Amino acid sequence: MNKLIVSTSPHIHHKEDTASIMRQVILALIPAGIAGVWIFGLRALSIILAGVVSAVIFEWLIQKARGVKITVLDASAILTGLLLSYSLPSTVPLWLPVVGSFVAIVIVKQAFGGLGRNIFNPALAGRAFLLAAWPSYMTVFAKPFDAITSATPLGLLKEGKAAELAQLHLSYSDLFFGLRGGCIGEVCILALLAGAIYLLARGIISYHAPLAFILTLGLFSWVFGQARFFSGDFIFAVLSGGLILGAFFMATDYVTTPLTTKGHFIFGLGCGLIAFVIRKWGGYPEGVSYSILIMNAVVPLIDRYILPKRFGIK
Amino acid sequence: MDVGKFISIVISMVFINNFILSKFLGLCSFIGVSRETKPAVSMGLAVTFVTTMSSIITWLIYRYLLVPFDIAYLRTICFILVIASFVQLVEMFIRKGFPGLYKAFGIYLPLITVNCAVLGVAVLNSDMFFSDGSAAKGSFALSVTQGFFAGVGYLLAMILMSGIRERLELLDAPESLKGVPLAFIVASLMSLAFMGFSGFKF
Amino acid sequence: MKKLIEEFVKGITIENPTFALVLGLCPTLAVSSSVINAIGMGAAATFVLLGSNIIISLIRKIIPNEIRIPCFIVVIATFVTINEMMLKAYFPELNASLGIFIPLIVVNCIVLGRAEVFAAKRTVLPSIFDALGMGMGFTLALVIISTIREALGAGKIFGLVLARGFEPASVMILAPGALLTLGFLIGFVNFWHIHKKTHKEIKKVGCDGCR
Repeated sequence: MNKLIVSTSPHIHHKEDTASIMRQVILALIPAGIAGVWIFGLRALSIILAGVVSAVIFEWLIQKARGVKITVLDASAILTGLLLSYSLPSTVPLWLPVVGSFVAIVIVKQAFGGLGRNIFNPALAGRAFLLAAWPSYMTVFAKPFDAITSATPLGLLKEGKAAELAQLHLSYSDLFFGLRGGCIGEVCILALLAGAIYLLARGIISYHAPLAFILTLGLFSWVFGQARFFSGDFIFAVLSGGLILGAFFMATDYVTTPLTTKGHFIFGLGCGLIAFVIRKWGGYPEGVSYSILIMNAVVPLIDRYILPKRFGIK
Repeated sequence: MDVGKFISIVISMVFINNFILSKFLGLCSFIGVSRETKPAVSMGLAVTFVTTMSSIITWLIYRYLLVPFDIAYLRTICFILVIASFVQLVEMFIRKGFPGLYKAFGIYLPLITVNCAVLGVAVLNSDMFFSDGSAAKGSFALSVTQGFFAGVGYLLAMILMSGIRERLELLDAPESLKGVPLAFIVASLMSLAFMGFSGFKF
Repeated sequence: MKKLIEEFVKGITIENPTFALVLGLCPTLAVSSSVINAIGMGAAATFVLLGSNIIISLIRKIIPNEIRIPCFIVVIATFVTINEMMLKAYFPELNASLGIFIPLIVVNCIVLGRAEVFAAKRTVLPSIFDALGMGMGFTLALVIISTIREALGAGKIFGLVLARGFEPASVMILAPGALLTLGFLIGFVNFWHIHKKTHKEIKKVGCDGCR
C-alpha cells in the first residue's frame, strides 16, 4: 500500500452500479413471474423466456452493428424483456414477445442511443405497439388453471357486463392472489407487493410515484367510477388491472421518470388521472400502460419546471 | 346543446384525432419549429388563434355566401384566399398596435398561411357540419369548438415535442438518426401513446 | 434537350421533394397507407404542379412582384378545384379515400415552392419538365413509403396478398406506423449520405495526407 493514486472526485464509490440495481429489480420481479407460471401454466414461462432471450439478442446485435461498447451484461435488456412479457396475455403466439422486444430494444431504446437516453419506457412502448398491431391476440386472456379463455374483470366492466362479473364471484382475496384473467405478470398482487417492498426497503425505488398513482386512480374510481358519486370500488380498481405492476415497476424507472421527489409525485398523479379517464371513458378497458407512456412524454417538461434542490441553498 | 358532443370533440381534437399525431396536418411546422420550447409555444398559440378565427370566418362564408349561391365547389379557392388575407391583416394589425405581442408570436403568422392545419380545419368543418347544402344544428358552435381545440391539440403536441427534443440534443443518438428522423420516431411513439384514448365515449 | 432532362431527373434524385427537401409531409404520411392511394395522390399532385407551373411561367411577366404569392395561390387553387371535381366525377372511390388531402394540395409546400423558385423565373418548357420531375419524385417517394406500410401493415401490395401465414401488423397502416416509416427512411438517406461523405473524406485524406 505505498502507491498514491491521484484522481478527480468522486472519491467515495458505492458498490451499487447500474448492473446491480437492474439485477435487484429483476430479483424483485421473479415472484410475480413464478405466480404467473403457476396460474397460467408453462405456456407463460415460454413467453417470458422468448421475451427475455430475444431482448438480450437484439441488444447485443444492435450494439455490435453500431460498433459501441457491448453492455448486455448490465442486465437492462433482461429487465426490458421481462417487463414486456409480464404485460402480455399468456395465450399469445411465441413470436409476439419477440417482435415486442425488437420494437422495445431497437426502436425505443437503441435508436435514441441506448440505456439512459430513451424517452419512453421501452417495455411499455413495445406493448403499445403490439396492442395496436395485433389487437386480436392482445385482448384474449386465459382463465386461471384452465385452457379456456376469459375476459379480465376490467374488460367485463368495460363491456357493460357487470352481471357476468358478479357471476364470477371474484372476492378481493381472489384478486389479491391473482385468480383472475389477465396478463402474466400483473395478476398476483401478493407477489408484486413482495417485490415492491424489497425494492423500497433497499432504497432502490421511492414510494412517491407509486403512492400518488395508486391513490389518484383509486380515489377517482371511488368518487366517479359509478353513476352515483362515492359509490365506486376503491379496492377493486386498485387490484383488478395492471396498476400494481405499472406503479411499482414502470412508473419508477430511473430513465423515463422525473428527477425530483416532487416530480415523481406529479408523475404519479398524472398517470392516475389519465389511467382513470381511459378506464372510465376510453375504448380500452385498461389505461395504466398508456398513462405511463403519455406521462413519459411530459417528463422533460416536469424536469424543467421542477428543478432539483441545490445543496445548501434555501 | 349537447354537452357530450362538445366534450367528444374536445377529446377527439386534442388526443385521438390530434392534428399532428394522427391526421398529419401541420407536420412541416411541427418538425421545423419544435426544436426549442419558447418558439414552439408561440407557434402553437399563433396556430390556435388562427384556427379558431378561420373556423368562424369560413363558417360564415360557407353558410351565407357559398351555400346560398350554390357555389360550394369554390370552397378551396375561397377559404385559402380568406385565410391568407386574414392572416396578413392580423399580422399588420399587431405589428402596428402590439409590438410585444408581435415579437412573441407575430413572426410566425406568415408561416401559418400555408399551414395545412388551418385550411384543414376549415375544410373539415364544412365536411362535417354541413350536409346536402344546409348547416347542421348548432354547427357554428361546433365548428368554433373544433377549430379552437384543433389548435390546442397542436399546441400540446408542440410543447411535449419541444421538451423532448431539447433533451434529445444532449444525447449521443446514432449519427444518421439525429435531428429530423428521431423527431419522427418520437412523434410516432407519442402517437402510439395517444392511441390509448381511442374509442373515447363520454 | 439535355438540360430539360436534367430538370426532370433532379426532381426524382438530388432534389427529391420528400427525401431531400423534406417538403409536403402531411399528404405523404396521410395517404401512404396503400399503394393505390399513394399513386392517386401522386398523380393528383403532379397534375396540379404541371398546371400551375405552366400558367405561372406563362403569366410571370404580368404578375406584380408584391402580390405574386396570392396570385400563385389563386392559380394553384384553381387547378386543385379542377382536380377535385374531376376526381369526384370519374374516381369517386379514390376521392373518398384521399378525403380532405385533395383540397389540401393548395397548401402543399412543393407546389407553391416550385412556383416561387422555378416557374416564376423560367420559360414554359423547363417549367413543364420541372413539374413532371418533381411530381414523379413525389409519387416515387409516396410509393416507397406506401409499399413498406401496406406490406407490413396489411400484408398486401396493390391489394394482393403477399404471403400466406404472415400476420400483418395493422399499426403500420395507422398514424404511428407512418411516422415511424418516414423517420427511418430519412435516417436511412442520412446514413447513406454520411457514409458517402466519409468515403470521400477518407479519399481526400488519403491523397493529401501522404504528401
